[in-house]
Amino acid sequence: MRYYDKLIFELSRKGRTAFTLPRNPYGAASLPDKLSRKSSLDLPEVSEVDVVRHYTNLSQMNFGVDTGFYPLGSCTMKYNPKINEEVASMPGFMALHPLQPASTVQGALEVIWNLGKSLAEITGMSRFTFGPCAGAHGELTGLMIMRQYHMKRGDLARTKVIVPDSAHGTNPASAAVCGLQVVVVKSNERGLVDVEDLKPLLGPDVAGIMMTNPNTLGLFEREIKEIAALVHGCGGLLYYDGANMNPLLGIVRPGDMGFDIMHLNLHKTFSTPHGGGGPGSGPVGVRKGLEAYLPVPKVVRKEDGSFDVVRDDEDSAGEVSGFLGNFGIILRAYAYVLMLGKQNLRRAGQLATLNANYIKESLKDAYKLPIPSVCKHEFVFDGLIDNGERKDAQGNVIRQGARTLDVAKRLLDFGFHAPTIYFPLLFHEALMIEPTETESKETIDAFIDVMHKIAKEAEEDPAKLSGAPHSTPISRPDETRAAREPKLKYE
Amino acid sequence: MGTFSYFPHTEEDISSMLERIGVSSLDDLYSDVPPEFIHKADYDLPDAMSEQEVRDFFASLDKKDIKLKVFAGAGAYDHYTPAVVPYLTSRSEFSTAYTPYQAEISQGTLRYIFEYQTMMCRLTGMDVSNASLYDGPTAAAEAMKMSLACTKKKTRVLVSETLLPNVLKTIRTYAKFHEVELGAIPAEDGQTSLGALKAELAKGDVAGVVVPAVNRYGIIEDLTGFAEAVHEEKGIVIEYCDPSALAVVKTPGEWGFDIAVGDGQSLGIPLNFGGPYVGFMTCRSEYVRKMPGRIVGETVDGEGRRCYCLTLQAREQHIRREKATSNICSNESLMALYVTIYMAVMGPEGLREVNNLSYGGAHYLHDELLKTGKFEEVFTRPFLKEFVLKPLIPAEKLQSKLLDAGIFGALQTEEGYVSFAVTEKRSKADIDELVKAVKEA
Amino acid sequence: MSKVLEGLLYSDSHEWVKVDGDIATIGVSDYAQKEMGDITYVDMPDPDDEVVKGEGFGALESVKASSDLYSPVSGVVTEKNEELDDAPQKVNEDSYANWIIKVKMSDKSELDSLMDAAAYKKHIGE
Repeated sequence: MRYYDKLIFELSRKGRTAFTLPRNPYGAASLPDKLSRKSSLDLPEVSEVDVVRHYTNLSQMNFGVDTGFYPLGSCTMKYNPKINEEVASMPGFMALHPLQPASTVQGALEVIWNLGKSLAEITGMSRFTFGPCAGAHGELTGLMIMRQYHMKRGDLARTKVIVPDSAHGTNPASAAVCGLQVVVVKSNERGLVDVEDLKPLLGPDVAGIMMTNPNTLGLFEREIKEIAALVHGCGGLLYYDGANMNPLLGIVRPGDMGFDIMHLNLHKTFSTPHGGGGPGSGPVGVRKGLEAYLPVPKVVRKEDGSFDVVRDDEDSAGEVSGFLGNFGIILRAYAYVLMLGKQNLRRAGQLATLNANYIKESLKDAYKLPIPSVCKHEFVFDGLIDNGERKDAQGNVIRQGARTLDVAKRLLDFGFHAPTIYFPLLFHEALMIEPTETESKETIDAFIDVMHKIAKEAEEDPAKLSGAPHSTPISRPDETRAAREPKLKYE
Repeated sequence: MGTFSYFPHTEEDISSMLERIGVSSLDDLYSDVPPEFIHKADYDLPDAMSEQEVRDFFASLDKKDIKLKVFAGAGAYDHYTPAVVPYLTSRSEFSTAYTPYQAEISQGTLRYIFEYQTMMCRLTGMDVSNASLYDGPTAAAEAMKMSLACTKKKTRVLVSETLLPNVLKTIRTYAKFHEVELGAIPAEDGQTSLGALKAELAKGDVAGVVVPAVNRYGIIEDLTGFAEAVHEEKGIVIEYCDPSALAVVKTPGEWGFDIAVGDGQSLGIPLNFGGPYVGFMTCRSEYVRKMPGRIVGETVDGEGRRCYCLTLQAREQHIRREKATSNICSNESLMALYVTIYMAVMGPEGLREVNNLSYGGAHYLHDELLKTGKFEEVFTRPFLKEFVLKPLIPAEKLQSKLLDAGIFGALQTEEGYVSFAVTEKRSKADIDELVKAVKEA
Repeated sequence: MSKVLEGLLYSDSHEWVKVDGDIATIGVSDYAQKEMGDITYVDMPDPDDEVVKGEGFGALESVKASSDLYSPVSGVVTEKNEELDDAPQKVNEDSYANWIIKVKMSDKSELDSLMDAAAYKKHIGE
């Protein structure tokens, strides 16, 4: 990776073009003057070569899964298989208009139907929708289904949703968008939802609870059966945040644990690329009995085996996006499911869990492990055991120690992405590691070595860490300046 | 158990790793899971396929789809994609990257988002842009919520009935659960009625108003007086626009609007059976703190070099949780790159010419269809690349005749019209073919 | 050690109040600004907005955090410190000289529940 300074606008020269279009047999558009654009359109004027070199240079300042290892907690940055990309770029699929009659898109509808069926089997749900375009969008859709269920029963008082203090930030935010009031349930000293704290929160005003299991500490919520009984007992529903589904692949099904509604992140668990922040896909599944509340449009299979799209449905929560969801992502995920098949599914979950526990056990001599039990796909350290901070006899700090941020930044120097840091909020120096099943023992051992090396550096010379990274295209950006004097476009 | 190409572990690796952990089997790693939740039955899933089988399988599914020349729009337009765009976008440094939280190793992503934000501002005539939203309809729903956040203590939002059907429906879903009172502004001769808007505004309590630039009938709306009327009532006025059209159509900035939203799909993104597309949102600078989604800003690094990072993050869910401006986390970053490269390739001239060709083709088709005697004109207002007609023969018959000719057109609307859209990808000969099929219907 | 000014009243949530007739000038304590680190934005209500004791009236933002501001008194905002719009760092420089809002109080007895400087010092453990 090397520093490249240009923006496309700086390459622009009047009169240069990179486009070709067919000869125009009609002449220019003649719009009424008062409806016409008057201001100049200041887009770049560049040649095709300029465009190719510029974006190739930009790409070389980026790190991706194809570059190296991402130990990024709660993000499941697994390898993105290349057959997925080939399938998603088949020209036939790409040319389909979303409103074409069902009879002309039977192949595409079959893909959606089949993936839905596979996901339902993997999760123990009854039916999936692909309308949501990302995980948070899935959460919102799931909560809409939850509210729709209560509203259709005339149960209008259920305006609260319970969210654990360890939850992903999207959980409370999605609840707020859905018009629900967030009530926080605490974690106990074992890092699990505190059942005693939960009990008094339950009542006729509770729409449901949002949980991820394993939770964001990577711990399996083993009291889930009791939690489910309690929430169901008060008339609420259980929502499963599928961001942490990876370790349960082929082993545990959310439906069997008592969850009623859930989402999956196809860009996490089902190997589709993150795209620098999207597009993702956040399909939502519901248990038997809740199918009617799923959003429209819905893909259905008719008695003759052909597929159709239902666009209106009285009980449905409604439309949550423009068409049938991110079809390009659905294709990739289905290719992954077929490659895995029933034979390899279980291995994915097991190896993800193996890798996580192996790192945890290998590094707990240098990093604080607040909860020492077996983890699932991820776990959380609470900073370094010795961060290099030194005090004099009076207890005044004479040498500042290294923080979790410094450890994360130093990792970049060694060719690894940083872990998720300062989340969950339960620990001050949280450092959350998720290796996924696609990383080899050699990669993981190299990561462990580097983490030990960094811990040693912190002990000896923490200042070295606070200046990191040293070998990346840029050093730490001045984020305070960026926020105080926002410069949000090129001028 | 043989190995699998995405799992690098040998049996030897597994046993030495288990030993370090201090357990004897992979199953032991699940000792914290109550045994009743361990799924013991076989999963009813397909058998694992080889890559060749997967490729053949999808090719066979793809064959079940019928390839058609698309003369329909309704929010998804079949514009041409220059070869450079997918070529560059598919570089794995872009596609396999995570969200650019680690700015030091994400300058590629951050720089293109900064370019994207700049281009969207220039296209819409607005001050600031976010880094993308899911799609146009959800962007419109986000704008509806944002108008409530920008105007204190108001509870109503007005939506024009000329908005695209899927935009209206998505706004309605969000409004229902977010508990926003929605009011409708009816159309008058195919365009949002300013009189009706004023009457609704007079009832008070209006936080925001959403109207389209080019509407569900393809008509370019005359928005004279709209911004003034809404601002007089201290409301926020939002334009839903087709960004490709803004190369030639008066911009939301020029109309004096506060927020612009829409779907970037028309900027060269293939139809893809509905997604992934990319929602965009731009607004005036005074509202930036209420904007949903990520935003990239320029700053300097430790050595004083120009660089980019995510900024104004205190608006977002990972910091503000339930008080965030939105729940959005993942967006459509790679599709924002898609439209950025598209705009770089097309430039101002290319984007204008795309509109000239689309306009020319659509008007030619419109006139030729009327000549067949099988349609009546519905509206006489100016349109760009999409229009509706009233069919004098059953719409189903018309559509199926077109399908027989390998054409998807005459999309039926809720009002009983049929709509057609033409882009630069449809040649004059293609249009003649469509007209010929209509004549035979 | 954080600075605690004598003569001001303090709330649990680290806002200070200076009383002048029925006008309360409100800011945040030195302890609060230190906890936040570099402040990048101060979210303030507008004049004529109502504030309620114990309820949020704005927020301090840093790059990675946001901290709500809770009103120590009830009343109507008469003024906001517009200087902070362009220079939020002033709160870091001197959080007592750089007040945030002024409120015309509706119930001066609410002041009774606030802490004096000595009690606040104890509250923050200094």
